[in-house]
Amino acid sequence: MALDKSYRDIPGTTIFDADMARQGFALNQFSLSLMKAPNRERFKADERAYLDEWPMTEEQKQAVLARDYNRMMALGGNIYFLAKIFSTDGLSFQYAAATMTGMSQDEYRDMMLAGGRSPAESQHKEESSDG
Amino acid sequence: MARINASVYSSHVPAIGAAIDNDKTGEDYWKPLFAGYEYSKQWIVEQKPDVVLLVYNDHATAFDANFVPTFAIATGEEFQPADEGWGPRPVPVVKGHPQLAAHIAQSVIQDDFDLTVIHNLDVDHGLTVPLSLMFGQPEAWPCLVIPIAVNVVLYPPPSGGRCYALGKALRRAVESFDEDLNVQIWGTGGMSHQLQGPRAGLINQAFDNAFLDCLVTDPETLAKKPHIDYVRLAGSEGIELVMWLIARGAMNDDVEQKHRFYHVPASNTAVGHLILENR
Repeated sequence: MALDKSYRDIPGTTIFDADMARQGFALNQFSLSLMKAPNRERFKADERAYLDEWPMTEEQKQAVLARDYNRMMALGGNIYFLAKIFSTDGLSFQYAAATMTGMSQDEYRDMMLAGGRSPAESQHKEESSDG
Repeated sequence: MARINASVYSSHVPAIGAAIDNDKTGEDYWKPLFAGYEYSKQWIVEQKPDVVLLVYNDHATAFDANFVPTFAIATGEEFQPADEGWGPRPVPVVKGHPQLAAHIAQSVIQDDFDLTVIHNLDVDHGLTVPLSLMFGQPEAWPCLVIPIAVNVVLYPPPSGGRCYALGKALRRAVESFDEDLNVQIWGTGGMSHQLQGPRAGLINQAFDNAFLDCLVTDPETLAKKPHIDYVRLAGSEGIELVMWLIARGAMNDDVEQKHRFYHVPASNTAVGHLILENR
């Protein structure tokens, strides 16, 4: 019997379940490797060469090179692992979150100061156009 | 015997740690947040806990994608603040209580909770930010800490009901330890937040405040809340709140609420904080 994955209808959200973790294993382990300073240096010196050391799909590597976080998550990345990539770039969690929403960092920060994204606007895909 | 007398609940946002470490607590953005913990810092000085069971989650720091323990307890002598990619936080080393931790591990496993037992564990902001909020910036943390790590990164985390029942097993374990110890249990993480995808930035104040109400007065009902309600209503990372049910489960049904605080935002997140004492 199929598992209940009703969370898949939440718009603008990728739930990192066991199946996603299986697909994203190498991408996430690559990301975690950037917690070590020598690895960060090698990655910065030649991103493509460093990525080629990992058994990732070409699509995953392209998403990393493009810093397309929504794409990385669609390919099995988890945000806490991917955070090591934007930390390596010297960027904050708030910056990364803003890029995933398509907002500027200032627009995003202002939205948070005003109380954040409204829960009413996005609970089910059928209610939303962004899903 | 050892006894759990009180519980503390708090968000553990990394930006809060950065604000403390970089002397930004007086800035307009942060002032209201730190004001909400002034009572708590006074309270904990009077309480003088010997040991804190600190329930938190690792954020892809000590645990990689290769090993994902659902529940884990750390039995080491001490735990180093982790380097999460920008150097370790400048906070004291966390000292454990190996004898009590080993006693708890053996007790709860025999009580049907199959904890993973860890010796060496670097602790990330999930554990050190609540310590900073409660104790400020001391030379050494004034109590021993037993880390209890819960997976909330890989879906599904343990259910609310399972967390609540683990709290009860932890209480039985503590109360069967012979040494006289004043023990607290802390539940950390939450409240509503989503850090990923086009829906990032979600905050649900109504959900959070109902959660705070229910945690105090009717945790049995709250423990039945399904995962899908957390992720849909409180954001994909709001599901961290199940960890609060572990701490609540270790308390009496009847508790006295000493303090309650709620603030939006800290970076991407709604901050909630409660202090409960057993009646």
